[in-house]
Amino acid sequence: MMDRLGHVGLNALVGIPLVGALLATIGIGLFWMPYDPIAIDLTHPLGSPGLRHWFGTDEFGRDVLSRSMLGARISVLVALATVAVAITVGTALGLLAGYLRGWTDRLLMMITDAVLAFPGILLALALIAVLGSSDGSIVLALSTAYTPSVVRVVRATVLSIREREFIEASRTAGDSPLETIARHILPNVLPPVVVLATSLFGWAMLSESALSFLGVKVPPPAPTWGNMLSESRPYMDVASWLSIVPGLCIAGTLLGVNLLGDALRDWLDPWRET
Amino acid sequence: MIAALATPLLRFAGVRIEAAGRARAGSAPLLDDLSFDVAPGEFVAVVGESGSGKTLAARSILNLLPDGVRRVAGRIELEGRDLTQLSGPDMRKIRGAQIGMVFQEPMVSLNPAMTIGRQLAEGLQLHRQLSRGEIRRHSLAMLERVRMNDPVRCLSAFPHEFSGGMRQRIMLAAVLLLKPKLLIADEPTTALDTLSQREVLELMVELAHDEGAAVLLITHDLGLVARYTERAIVLEKGRLMESGTTRQILTDPRNPYTQRLVASLRGGITAGTAVPASEPIVVQVRNACIEYPGRPGLWRAGTPTQVVHGVDLDVRSGEIVAIVGASGSGKTTLGRAILDLKPLAAGSIRFDGIELARMTPAQRKQFRRSAQLVFQDPYSSLNPRLRVRDIVAATLRHADIDAAERAARVDAVLDEVGLASFGDRFPHQMSGGQRQRVAIARAVVCRPRLVVADEPVSALDMTIQQQVLALFRELQGQYGFACLFITHDLALVRQIAARVVVMSGGVVVEEGPVPSVFNDPRHKYTRELLAATPALEAAALVS
Repeated sequence: MMDRLGHVGLNALVGIPLVGALLATIGIGLFWMPYDPIAIDLTHPLGSPGLRHWFGTDEFGRDVLSRSMLGARISVLVALATVAVAITVGTALGLLAGYLRGWTDRLLMMITDAVLAFPGILLALALIAVLGSSDGSIVLALSTAYTPSVVRVVRATVLSIREREFIEASRTAGDSPLETIARHILPNVLPPVVVLATSLFGWAMLSESALSFLGVKVPPPAPTWGNMLSESRPYMDVASWLSIVPGLCIAGTLLGVNLLGDALRDWLDPWRET
Repeated sequence: MIAALATPLLRFAGVRIEAAGRARAGSAPLLDDLSFDVAPGEFVAVVGESGSGKTLAARSILNLLPDGVRRVAGRIELEGRDLTQLSGPDMRKIRGAQIGMVFQEPMVSLNPAMTIGRQLAEGLQLHRQLSRGEIRRHSLAMLERVRMNDPVRCLSAFPHEFSGGMRQRIMLAAVLLLKPKLLIADEPTTALDTLSQREVLELMVELAHDEGAAVLLITHDLGLVARYTERAIVLEKGRLMESGTTRQILTDPRNPYTQRLVASLRGGITAGTAVPASEPIVVQVRNACIEYPGRPGLWRAGTPTQVVHGVDLDVRSGEIVAIVGASGSGKTTLGRAILDLKPLAAGSIRFDGIELARMTPAQRKQFRRSAQLVFQDPYSSLNPRLRVRDIVAATLRHADIDAAERAARVDAVLDEVGLASFGDRFPHQMSGGQRQRVAIARAVVCRPRLVVADEPVSALDMTIQQQVLALFRELQGQYGFACLFITHDLALVRQIAARVVVMSGGVVVEEGPVPSVFNDPRHKYTRELLAATPALEAAALVS
């Protein structure tokens, strides 16, 4: 057990502090923020970073640090929820399709291929147009767009695993199909899913920003990093911090989560022990 | 032989191969100071088990060593010319034209995206100036010589349209088309069944004789050595153990390792004893027919192909019955059906008198514990993400015992298979033989009434085969389970089974006690199989 945790790779060395900082920011933000993130102070619009406002203020004089802290909570929550839904639904459907084959497989693949045929962002836009713009509908729209790729990855892995003889061994041991899937197939499917989940997290966060940029957003005045970015656009030349701060937040979070995903995959790998 | 006088065709002089990179002090070289000669037209075997360095030796001739491995000393001469000093372009002129190579795996050594015709033509275009018409003529003639049925059609066909044996013959054609002086065959028939193996090797010998080519046969199978080569070189862990004429090595081995190898050929285990007819019948198969579903279209089900046609079989308690047959004979499918892993299209299979298809859930639960399977491939049969302890314990999950007893049973069985200290390992940390012990432990831990062993030692080296087989016999004697031993290797049958069932094309062609079937085979197919098993011949020679 010691050597399983003993070698901390570079991935974990950089990833853990980054994700730790993110979680700390969110945690602190729950109890304390320097200013009310939605309080408008028209006497100090576009204030540059300084002692009073560390990261400056926006066009309505709102504190950028406070907004970023609240934005972290909302952005991460939206991305996490999206990934959780996409991975859960996608893994379940992928296992079903890959294990059962036959009609279930064909039907599921037809649907996934049809969804995959639309550009993700377009599909999300269309869904949000129908559902109305709220954080819930953004999660639903994005996870609908991402689920098919999860189904594809899981199904492909299941197809290669289910032909291995230890699956037959599990059947001769008297395992029911559900037990076989849970004990023998799922653990072998997890590593690619973990990596996919972290990269989807990044995509979800970027898409949320992109959607905000296109005007489909978590309703204002609640800030998300994407919202903040899109609102900063007109002031880019006079108040660069308005885009730099949320931009850095997004970049740092993505880097941290992806590195953590790679580290997780390595920890899950029995071949690490030689 | 004349080898000593004339210039040898191939000469290894003090060749040493090491793993490159950080050369740790004291780490053994992969090949240590290897010297031997091959005379023109001579058939020489390089014998050894996995890790002996035999494949590295073969590859070093063509300077095709894998990454991370390099030759650090010694000369390799072809007709007096040092191959190790050649530049890349000069080496490429030797490859194919002077030295041809046939690889082990016919499934992957032909390019699946190219027609046979183009693959045959490739070498000729590289090494000879010939017109397209001449290339075609040469190719057709060679395909005819390797006895392909329809050479003209063969030229425009793709590799996947042929069986393993046919592909290996095509490979042979491609290599010999260039009339090399030396043919290196690296385990050329390991992936083939007995009859195709014989076909390919006889063809290789015949063609090499015709062309006057020398053959370097790399193999772990002493049976092949005995049958097809004049001289043999025995390697173990990179060291030359013994070299001499094949006959001398088989009848009078001097080196202890060679003696062990030859002993494993003889088979240290006595054949299974027949059980009295009073023993209860564990498995009763009646008129079993098994089908594979055809490829379904969009709206219709596929036409099924029947692979087992009306087989009858009885296995009594404590009896070891061998099922032999070539690949595609239906023996594996039958084994799967007996374990209820494959449904019957017609007929019935009873286990302890209860028909498999009509079992109640409670009976099925009992059946799953009583009937176990040992697979051929110890790499694919163990879940790579579970530790050995958990792999073995999995069979006990549905037994009505508590966790402490389960752990005790697992420890006990791991001890019995000689893996007491391996419980916390992952499969990839073990050798093939050790993995197969895990697979056997998994099967016997729940004290089954029946074990179906599907080629349980075919993937292992000869001495390891003997160890695993001995272990299997020992456990069988101790627990008294009935065993269905599925194999293509008749030499193994004689060592373990009391009764043998010969299958061909999905039907049983012959069955009876092992001695009578071996000494007096009735069916033509059985006689062919027996004749094609070189290990039997070699065993007769050495004992």
